[in-house]
Amino acid sequence: MDTIKQFASEFFVTGDPLILGAQVSIGLTMVAIVFVLSYFRKWGWLWREWLTTVDHKRIGIMYVICSILMLFRGGVDALLMRTQLALPGMEFLHADHYNQIFTTHGVIMILFMAMPLMFGLFNIVIPLQIGARDVAFPFLNSLSFWLFFWGAMLFNMSFVIGGSPDAGWLAYPPLSGLEGSPGVGQNFYIWGIQISGIGSLMTGINFIVTILKMRAPGMGLMKMPMFTWSTLASCLTIILAFPILTITLFLLFMDRYFGAHFFTLDAGGNPMMYINLIWMWGHPEVYIVILPAFGIFSEIVSTFAKKTLFGYKSMVFALMSISIASFFTWAHHFFTMGSGANVNAFFAVTTMIIAIPTGVKIFNWLFTMYRGRIKFTTPMMWTISFIPCFVVGGMTGVMLSVAPADFQFHNSYFLIAHFHQVLIGGVAFGFFAGLTYWWPKMFGFKLHEGLGKWAFWLWNIGFYVCFMPQYFLGLDGMTRRMYTYDFDMGWGPLNLVSTVGGFLMGIGFLFQVWQIAHSIKFMQKDTTGDPWDGRTLEWSIPSPAPLYNFATVPTVSETDDWWATKQRRAAGVPDAPAPALEPIHMPKHSGIPFVMSFFWFVAGFGFVFDWLHFVIPGLAGVAICMLVRSFQYDTDYYIPVDEVRRTEAALRGGKA
Amino acid sequence: MAATHTHGAHHEHADHGHHDQEGLKMFGFWLFLITDVIMFATLFATYVVLRNNTAGGPTGEELFNIPIVIASTFILLTSSFTSGLAVLSMQQGRLKGLIGWLAVTAVLGAAFIGLELYEFVHMVHEGATLQTSAFLSAFFTLVGAHGLHVTIGLVWMIGLMLQLRRRGITPVTERKVNVLSLYWHFLDAVWIFLFTVVYLMGVM
Ligand code: HEM
Ligand SMILES: [Cu+2]
Repeated sequence: MDTIKQFASEFFVTGDPLILGAQVSIGLTMVAIVFVLSYFRKWGWLWREWLTTVDHKRIGIMYVICSILMLFRGGVDALLMRTQLALPGMEFLHADHYNQIFTTHGVIMILFMAMPLMFGLFNIVIPLQIGARDVAFPFLNSLSFWLFFWGAMLFNMSFVIGGSPDAGWLAYPPLSGLEGSPGVGQNFYIWGIQISGIGSLMTGINFIVTILKMRAPGMGLMKMPMFTWSTLASCLTIILAFPILTITLFLLFMDRYFGAHFFTLDAGGNPMMYINLIWMWGHPEVYIVILPAFGIFSEIVSTFAKKTLFGYKSMVFALMSISIASFFTWAHHFFTMGSGANVNAFFAVTTMIIAIPTGVKIFNWLFTMYRGRIKFTTPMMWTISFIPCFVVGGMTGVMLSVAPADFQFHNSYFLIAHFHQVLIGGVAFGFFAGLTYWWPKMFGFKLHEGLGKWAFWLWNIGFYVCFMPQYFLGLDGMTRRMYTYDFDMGWGPLNLVSTVGGFLMGIGFLFQVWQIAHSIKFMQKDTTGDPWDGRTLEWSIPSPAPLYNFATVPTVSETDDWWATKQRRAAGVPDAPAPALEPIHMPKHSGIPFVMSFFWFVAGFGFVFDWLHFVIPGLAGVAICMLVRSFQYDTDYYIPVDEVRRTEAALRGGKA
Repeated sequence: MAATHTHGAHHEHADHGHHDQEGLKMFGFWLFLITDVIMFATLFATYVVLRNNTAGGPTGEELFNIPIVIASTFILLTSSFTSGLAVLSMQQGRLKGLIGWLAVTAVLGAAFIGLELYEFVHMVHEGATLQTSAFLSAFFTLVGAHGLHVTIGLVWMIGLMLQLRRRGITPVTERKVNVLSLYWHFLDAVWIFLFTVVYLMGVM
């Protein structure tokens, strides 16, 4: 009995009322979910329709749901931190709890909120936009999602079981080494990110092949929609950057688990090696998430200004050059760590160079709007507000890249303000814009515009109120990752303002939740499939798109092909006769991705606690799943013409 | 629908959404290989940075047993060659030859792994372990990562031989054999680098 008690008190995190509250609410939620599913007999439905699906649209929806939940968790973390910092000498969070919270906040926001939201949009939009019926590897796609899911679960568990990581979102050794972090938190970090990272890598491969090989006939590379281009650029960056992360985390694991000496301070280890490696992934990573946002803004600007995107070719060039240049700037994250003047100068210059293609894009968007008939819908408002925000964020970035000046800004609140400006103003706003824009394509109804505008204003005003003061706090000497400060420092008033801004954004989030709930309840079905009067192929099919996307594969002749088709129709030119329907080739559902990822989770959990009785069955399960899959040959089927005809007739309201 | 223009005969295939599945998979595998190249490149970079950090422990020069390494190099090179012969048999439609050459390749691969394990065990007995120094951590991890790849390749090869016995040469099994042989050649190329950077430069 006593040993059980002892075990439980080490296994579960205890002694903090906040965490106890979380434990209770997690327990209650789980009971509630199990109860509801059983009561309504929905287990079979859940398994057949969602857990085993290989339909890219459903996978996309699951990514979006998870990422909204993670935005909530990351946001709560943020508000806890801001509450702690609101006044000098606050005693709301303890120092070590604060460390855990900024670490999990950073990891969750970037890896478990921004990445899955981005992957969700890839999944929902890309095949539709290029006129394809599926992604190149639907099975792998499902596997990617479930790896992300179980990786994120593992990471999130650390909060209530065993203890959270606390060495920052990039886990620098020696702090993250065994001596600096003896608990299990850092192991959760390694395995949570590792498992989901493998999923990201596979998504990168999947979408590159999809985009390069599965475009509708006639869609040359230079006719691809801009979001597709940005996805391609992002995925190329993924497959070049994520392998570095995989190895870096693996080496950290070797140090912690097997007592190796890659990054230790003794026996010849070299912690600086880790910092170089992690930023060789970390810097490209921020471009991985921002490039698709640029693509989204491009689509939205041309849709709502009713004009072709200005400077298509320069936009493509800018995307590609940013994704390449992002690999040559990593050392700007540690100018102060003694690399010497020449090295610093090199990285300062490469960093500043990135401002050029970025500037090109900003002008392209502005020129697209110039003399356009702009419609101020919510997606368009997010886009417009992004421009000044990103310009400021970009300029403070250039300030940070001036190596000598960085000795002043480094790790100060100035930096915090800068990167939130680009991450919130660029990435988060961009993905919100994309989510609102493509929402009707996903679910067949638009989100409520009024509530969306409330959310928009709260987020925007909150953003400036929260982060502008932080630039000044940084210049006043307040450093990041500081859990409290003295009254004498004089940082109190600005911090209080900043906290108010944080809560405004929190209310903005609540409005978004309300917006979604309200729209689900009072939705007006979109019967046109094209509620925004869009330009690209995804708007040419009904919403939500049928399982097979396109009954007959379209042939493309222009850049904004659907727009051109509508123009032709308006001019009275009849459509070319649609080709006859044919049976459609589709992949079969499979439970293997879910099961296999779950085994990864089991193995990861075992590694975290060094429990071989979890590790071995986990890894064996993974291997067996792979072999079973390899021996499966009967993995697809055909949808008969009759069924396609019936579906189309139903979706298009009777006219076949 | 979008405008239809008269198409040439060449893309009948893509027209109806029946993409060449095997071709897609082959392309995907090439991309996977790129990611694997980067993983190895990262490990190599780490090794090169740490190779002189022996922290008073044994150096490569003292540890490496060059005759054994040369033997394993020959074995692996030969296995790459026999895997090529397997593909050749497949192209001539000879199932027996294909399976036979794959079996020879697997045996050679297993011999390679055997020698590597022997080398590792030997080193550990001499007190040169992963924990001894940064150099040895990097050595065991880099060489071990390659060995792990070879081992996975072996399991895969055995699985594939079973599938070939059951299904014969079909477009699907053909693609699988091509992918496997690509993977095997890739491991060979990585080993050449390993041999040069780790062993030759280690004893020079
Ligand atoms: C919703 C509003 C947000 C607020 C109020 C907020 C607030 C904060 C605060 C207070 C910190 C800790 C600063 C410190 O003491 O060092 C922080 C760190 C961080 N935030 Fe946010 N944040 C928000 C959104 C985001 C988003 C959307 C992202 C990324 C997509 C993000 C990424 C990060 C990262 C990477 C760190 C650094 C963590 C570390 O130091 O290891 N944040 N944030
Ligand atoms: Cu950077």
